[in-house]
Amino acid sequence: MTEKKNQYLRDWETTELQKSLDRFPERKEKFYCHGGRPVERIALPETIDTQYTENQGVPGRFPYTRGVQPTMYRGRFWTMRQYAGFSTAAESNKRYRYLLDKGQTGLSVAFDLPTQIGYDSDDPISLGEVGKVGVAIDTLADMEVLFDKIPLDKISTSMTINSPAMVLLAMYIVVAEKQGVSADKIRGTIQNDILKEYVARGTYIFPPKPSLRLITNIFQWCSGNAPLFNTISISGYHIREAGSTASQEVAFTLANGITYVQTALDAGLELDVFARRLAFFFNASSNLLEEVAKFRAARRLWARIMKDRFKSQNPASMMLRFHTQTAGSSLTAQQVDNNIVRVTIQALAAVLGGTQSLHTNSRDEALSLPTEDSVQTALRTQQIIAHESGVPDSVDPLGGSYYIEQLTDKIEEEAVSLIEQIDKSGGVVAAIETGFIQGQIEDAAYQYQTEIERKERIIVGVNKFQVDEETKVPVLRVDPAIEDEQVQGLTRLKAERDQERLQNALEQLEIAARSESNLMDPVIAAVREYGSLGEICGVLRRVFGEYQARW
Amino acid sequence: MNTRGKLRVLIGKPGLDGHDRGAKFIARALRDAGFEVIYTGIRRTPDQIAAAAVQEDVAAVGLSSMSGAHLKLFPAVVKALANAGGPDIPVLGGGVIPDEDIVLLKEQGIASIFTPGTPVAAIIEAFTQACEQHLSGRVE
Repeated sequence: MTEKKNQYLRDWETTELQKSLDRFPERKEKFYCHGGRPVERIALPETIDTQYTENQGVPGRFPYTRGVQPTMYRGRFWTMRQYAGFSTAAESNKRYRYLLDKGQTGLSVAFDLPTQIGYDSDDPISLGEVGKVGVAIDTLADMEVLFDKIPLDKISTSMTINSPAMVLLAMYIVVAEKQGVSADKIRGTIQNDILKEYVARGTYIFPPKPSLRLITNIFQWCSGNAPLFNTISISGYHIREAGSTASQEVAFTLANGITYVQTALDAGLELDVFARRLAFFFNASSNLLEEVAKFRAARRLWARIMKDRFKSQNPASMMLRFHTQTAGSSLTAQQVDNNIVRVTIQALAAVLGGTQSLHTNSRDEALSLPTEDSVQTALRTQQIIAHESGVPDSVDPLGGSYYIEQLTDKIEEEAVSLIEQIDKSGGVVAAIETGFIQGQIEDAAYQYQTEIERKERIIVGVNKFQVDEETKVPVLRVDPAIEDEQVQGLTRLKAERDQERLQNALEQLEIAARSESNLMDPVIAAVREYGSLGEICGVLRRVFGEYQARW
Repeated sequence: MNTRGKLRVLIGKPGLDGHDRGAKFIARALRDAGFEVIYTGIRRTPDQIAAAAVQEDVAAVGLSSMSGAHLKLFPAVVKALANAGGPDIPVLGGGVIPDEDIVLLKEQGIASIFTPGTPVAAIIEAFTQACEQHLSGRVE
């Protein structure tokens, strides 16, 4: 071992590593294989030169290529967090308690589409969508039922909500408060990532400018009041699902991240106060090694952007922490059990890539929402990787592979080049308005699907190895009657509220929206009066207008 | 492929679902196959889709839904087409749709339903047939 390596490593061991071990002791005193051979915490090259320290380095240290924590999963496994929610708040509450009972370690709330687009269940536009892809939340009353008997000081909750994120966060804060948990104790994440909605996911409400203001208001309010809450989950997941390549996923996600940081800086927020609460969300597709390289490249590139472009001084701001979900679009309706294998490969990519939390899709999701049995298998897949595969026992076990390192470099280069193109064209908002980003994704999606049609790309069970299937797969159906139930419940509640106080709260919100002030407090006030999501977003729609996509 | 000039079709996304990778792929594949395709974009109401279909004088409408709202929304488009003056425009649909629902949708006037994994050639063929049937009906 060279002296230089000793010095670099000794430094890391006595600083980052020691600090981490003091705070989070490793899961086991000794990690060893069957037979007793010890498992190295991290395998390192024989010679550590500056090229190595600048590009790979050690986990928990810039540029974080090998992981954001010094011990990674030797300290603690990733959070196993299954995205769930459907039908009513009461039904979803049951599913959450089922998942927690099965050993899940965090919640992830799926809202139905009307909720995600800021409409009440009784709005005519909500027809057919109530409770379908997630839980229907109209007012605080629904949120109280959703988290009934779930202690919000112990459980972290991720909420997939974007345009109306502020309203749902406000409801969460008030529910926690009613449980006796103050805002500074709540942990979790709101997705709150509007830019990718315009290009990939579609649940936008307002135009970009006021949307970015809402996001910045949330950053600011949470910095002071809910410092443990991740205020955004900058998401490549949906960009990839819409058909992008791995490099495009990294590029467009980090370009969106740059936009959020710049907007917050322009509003006068302090970089190293808000930037540490930025989280990311990526897709894990089936190309195992490309995906591992993608996660590593994203981590390194974000660290460099924060350090070089934004001059961050705080390591916590440079660390790209991310959630991963396996690729829904890769699941097939044919031979559904094959999906368990796909999900296993994808989950393994996420773990080899150093994810902080993971959702594994269920086998039957190309047919409908997953049944309880399928969800259990999906969670078990994570538990098997955690407890049986041995992969979590050594940090970044693929690091140093010629192939992985080359691919990591390549993906970073491609992403940098795309980000430069976006910068040159005037930034992300301009690139959305010209359709540049949408066009890139659409071309990649078309190419991919064309390869499948031509059988240049084989999807097992779909364009090769097909069988005649007769056995029926049981599917989960959302009872169509719940739409009426939800609407009736909302009608009753709307009649019972203190109208005067509610109207006053909504007026105050409108005044605030027309000014420059932070909207969090007025939204919380309206939520407390059981103002509905549709009413609150209605006020904001009046003030901000609605985004009109061009096709 | 056809002797009447370009066949015009409309691809629509009814409801609030934003998953349009499939819809956009089909639109582009139909274009490549010689169709003239109007894509409505996401988050359209049944009435908006029907009005666009009648106004653009299309020979078939294709709908896509991935959110599970197809049982309400697809028949609503059929009804809206009838009200908008296009009662005989055939409606085809695709998305995450369980087998049992296909029967129900066909009973309510949806001509064909395509589920994930359907080869695009089969979809193009179904659109061609639907259009030609519609146009020949009109001539008679």
